[in-house]
Amino acid sequence: MTTEYSDAIVVPSKQAHTGKGLGTGNPADAFVIEPPRKRTAKTPRRTRTNFEMLAWLFMRLSGVVLVALILGHLIIMLILDGGVSKIGFAFVAGRWASPFWQGWDLLMLWLAMLHGANGMRQVINDYAEKDSTRLWLKGLMGTATVFTVLLGTLVIFTFDPNI
Amino acid sequence: MEKHSAALDAAEAGGTQLITVTFRIRRFNPEEHPDPVWVDYQLEMDPKERVLDALNKIKWEQDGTLTYRRSCAHGICGSDAMRINGRNRLACKTLIKDVDPEKPITIEAIKGLTVLKDLVVDMDPFFQAYKDVMPFLITKGNEPTRERLQSAEDRERFDDTTKCILCAACTSSCPVFWNDGQYFGPAAIVNAHRFIFDSRDEGAEQRLEILNDREGVWRCRTTFNCSEACPRGIEVTKAIQEVKRALVTRRF
Repeated sequence: MTTEYSDAIVVPSKQAHTGKGLGTGNPADAFVIEPPRKRTAKTPRRTRTNFEMLAWLFMRLSGVVLVALILGHLIIMLILDGGVSKIGFAFVAGRWASPFWQGWDLLMLWLAMLHGANGMRQVINDYAEKDSTRLWLKGLMGTATVFTVLLGTLVIFTFDPNI
Repeated sequence: MEKHSAALDAAEAGGTQLITVTFRIRRFNPEEHPDPVWVDYQLEMDPKERVLDALNKIKWEQDGTLTYRRSCAHGICGSDAMRINGRNRLACKTLIKDVDPEKPITIEAIKGLTVLKDLVVDMDPFFQAYKDVMPFLITKGNEPTRERLQSAEDRERFDDTTKCILCAACTSSCPVFWNDGQYFGPAAIVNAHRFIFDSRDEGAEQRLEILNDREGVWRCRTTFNCSEACPRGIEVTKAIQEVKRALVTRRF
């Protein structure tokens, strides 16, 4: 299956699929799907780690736990005891006085942030075409995730109801 | 005897009904113009004929420059996968009556692979992914003096994935492959599945290790495009999930 063609003859599908000058009037033509990076004999760089598998498993497991955590959170916050009208500084202070609710919120924070960040990582992997773009986007997202998780953890543990 | 059966009369009456069908084909010739164009061809066809018959008729009677691949024309060689009315199908297994001949029938090359001319794409990346999963029997030790026997149940385990004809309809319907051609793609995973679950094969560990990689099975988003596109009716997404499960249960 080895074929030799010079660049002068073969136009990559990037050019072929620009959709310019097509006479169909079909709105779908505007949705151009860029050609993929090509797979070559050198492509599989073996990583020899289970990172992708663990990330995949984490998404499934954290998703199941988050359903219970978030639904519970929403019911307490929005429905029980008069709904949102009861929420105030005193209400939050009262909840975080108990280690159970501290633990609940801490777990929800960590799982939700890591779950969301991993999902975003997949989206970036799928859509970023240049390696530099990918690196920057992932760096930005990682920084934001770490900042949010650390700040949230700090607040949960050092919350002082007397300020 | 002049008298035919009623069924034969009906068949004969129905057999000659020609209708005018418009085929809207995405033509692309890099030697002429860098952009593709949609070209309409009108022809008189029996709606019970296949799309491939129409393409042949266009090429032989109207425009000899129309370029496409076909070989066996009976759904086995897998060379004529194309997007017909926006879905990946084999032109030789698609009847014109099934793709709404009232409206123009659109035909274009499969997506995600470099278009060389008209409906012909560069299949090299596709076959590279296929080669990378080592689609051949791997065994250890001495060769037996007779056949490698297998029970009917063991054969049944991977029966579905033996049906693959490597037409690329599944891989070129996969949105992950459209965005990033580094992904192995459904077809390569299906062919790895065929050997991983073969009781005679001993290379499952190596293949699973290859598919555990960054571009391996974990990139699958279970959109089921591949299962829907497969002209052989292989449950492609199920096969990919079985490889995932084998990987997870192998580790824990």
